[in-house]
Amino acid sequence: MGRIVLEKVVKRFGEAEVIPPLDLTIEDGEFTVFVGPSGCGKSTLLRLIAGLEDTTDGRIVIDGKDATGLPPAKRGLAMVFQSYALYPHMSVRKNIAFPMKMAGMDQAEQDRRIAKAAGALNLTDYLDRKPGQLSGGQRQRVAIGRAIVREPSAFLFDEPLSNLDAALRVGMRMEISELHKKLATTMVYVTHDQVEAMTMADKIVVLRAGHVEQVGSPLELYRTPRNTFVASFIGSPKMNLIEGPEAAKHDAHTIGIRPEHIDVSSESGLWSGVVGVAEHLGSDTFFHIHETGLAETITVRADGEVSLTHGDKIYLTPRPDVIHRFSADGLRMKDELAVA
Amino acid sequence: MATQHSRSAARLMMAPAVVLLLGWMLVPLTMTLYFSFKKYLPLRGGDLGWVGFENYVRFVTSSAFWPSIQTTLVLVGGVLIITTVLGILLALLLDQPMWGQGPVRILVIAPFFVMPTVSALVWKNFFMDANYGLFSYLWEFFGAEPIQWLSQASMPSLVLIVSWQWLPFATLILLTAIQSLDSEQLEAAEMDGAPALKRFWFIILPHLSRAISVVILIQTIFLLGIFAEIFVTTGGAFGTKTLTYLIYQRVLESQNIGLGSAGGVYAIILANIVAIFLMRIVGKNLDN
Repeated sequence: MGRIVLEKVVKRFGEAEVIPPLDLTIEDGEFTVFVGPSGCGKSTLLRLIAGLEDTTDGRIVIDGKDATGLPPAKRGLAMVFQSYALYPHMSVRKNIAFPMKMAGMDQAEQDRRIAKAAGALNLTDYLDRKPGQLSGGQRQRVAIGRAIVREPSAFLFDEPLSNLDAALRVGMRMEISELHKKLATTMVYVTHDQVEAMTMADKIVVLRAGHVEQVGSPLELYRTPRNTFVASFIGSPKMNLIEGPEAAKHDAHTIGIRPEHIDVSSESGLWSGVVGVAEHLGSDTFFHIHETGLAETITVRADGEVSLTHGDKIYLTPRPDVIHRFSADGLRMKDELAVA
Repeated sequence: MATQHSRSAARLMMAPAVVLLLGWMLVPLTMTLYFSFKKYLPLRGGDLGWVGFENYVRFVTSSAFWPSIQTTLVLVGGVLIITTVLGILLALLLDQPMWGQGPVRILVIAPFFVMPTVSALVWKNFFMDANYGLFSYLWEFFGAEPIQWLSQASMPSLVLIVSWQWLPFATLILLTAIQSLDSEQLEAAEMDGAPALKRFWFIILPHLSRAISVVILIQTIFLLGIFAEIFVTTGGAFGTKTLTYLIYQRVLESQNIGLGSAGGVYAIILANIVAIFLMRIVGKNLDN
């Protein structure tokens, strides 16, 4: 149905190698998220799969067939763009019907699929409007509707939520996740937002400069990041990375401790420091702590309300069983203790 | 322009421009209207008094009137079709990334900078001359009888010359419009299974509709007044007498200012009908 295999795929723009030889398998029905900082090649990779860019070398296999040289329309994929890319002069109905019209589908079938998609996406009342008259979220849904009606073997999403405001983004995230559960179609999703990756993905592919840093389920990446890059990229707030004598105590070059794995006290603890900024969210409190002698800033999350503020002395105790150890080249070292 | 004070200051400062423009427009218009009701023959007695609508009736009933309207429409329509169609194609071509894009674009725009009189003379003498024009050599090279362009094919020649002048304008406006098209829309259409021709028809052309209406509107207004090209090439002979040229002949060749002024009033009415008609279309396009 929608198994996508990349074999030694290379993309060069002139001299610049954007994607070095890359192997990746996306299983049928999987929700795969490409995540990485901007310029890491994740969008290029998606466009290679879509066929909007030519692969310089290597093979792209979709459903067992070599699709490397196929034009985009022949690959059986549908894409949702960052700008939605709706056709502004066509009504919502015509936008959604466009791929079917291009395929020469008969009118009755077109109407049936439009009605079905519009129903599923709450667009029934807006079918005769132009995209310019819709809100951001509605445009997003039209773009998804246009993708759904083709019944593709896989959906490609290129940062589809980055133009929406924060509240809407959370809502659309859920809608896309639910859509995936309902359709059980392969989805490939590109984002720079690790929260989107963590909440939606079955499988996350972390990319840096075109290289795959790690592939795994969200919790795998959270628990056992393969290197310091993945460690600091996945998880919010970022993992604290500590070098020097404290790391040496654990026979490592660098140790990493997530903010939520450090206990806070105002009286005693293993480490001490001064609160720089305290963010009180009610459910959690985040402290940015200076003068610990470990790193410039240590970030800590405490449950609930903790009444420490700027300038207060604070004591920290890391939980020993969730300390990540990394060697000098940034790679994860074998765990000295069983991972919780 | 929020306060009462700034509003009145703005009016005061705009006043000179408004007065100047109004005077610029109103004085000639009033004089045209004034003369159109007079029998005024500068070389044959001068002002011979009021004649009512006689000039208007004479102008329309003269055998040259309807042919001149027809010629005007053929000229305007022909040039519009050629410039928009070729303009779209050229704009598509110039939008492609290619070597030497900058100089090529300047070259394409160049004809627009050539004065109408000059370009008409160049066409007349360099290309269309029956004896030593480049076209004659070309025809002879293929063993054909050279065409007397400006007499045997006078209207096509005229349309060709004027189109050559106005093509850059159309191309320039359409090119900027094409460049403003979101490339993701084209990519989306490509993913949706639309081949190049259908992408042009369903995405690019609708996107250009506004620019096309602007090109048609502006060109029509300028083309209705084409004069130099006719004066320099055929002098109004061989069926190239447009309404503008007819008015010129009535005033300067027949020395009948009253009759010419009446023709001028007709031209104003015609131009306004066309303008209102086009404004409607453009307005509709701009709403979308």
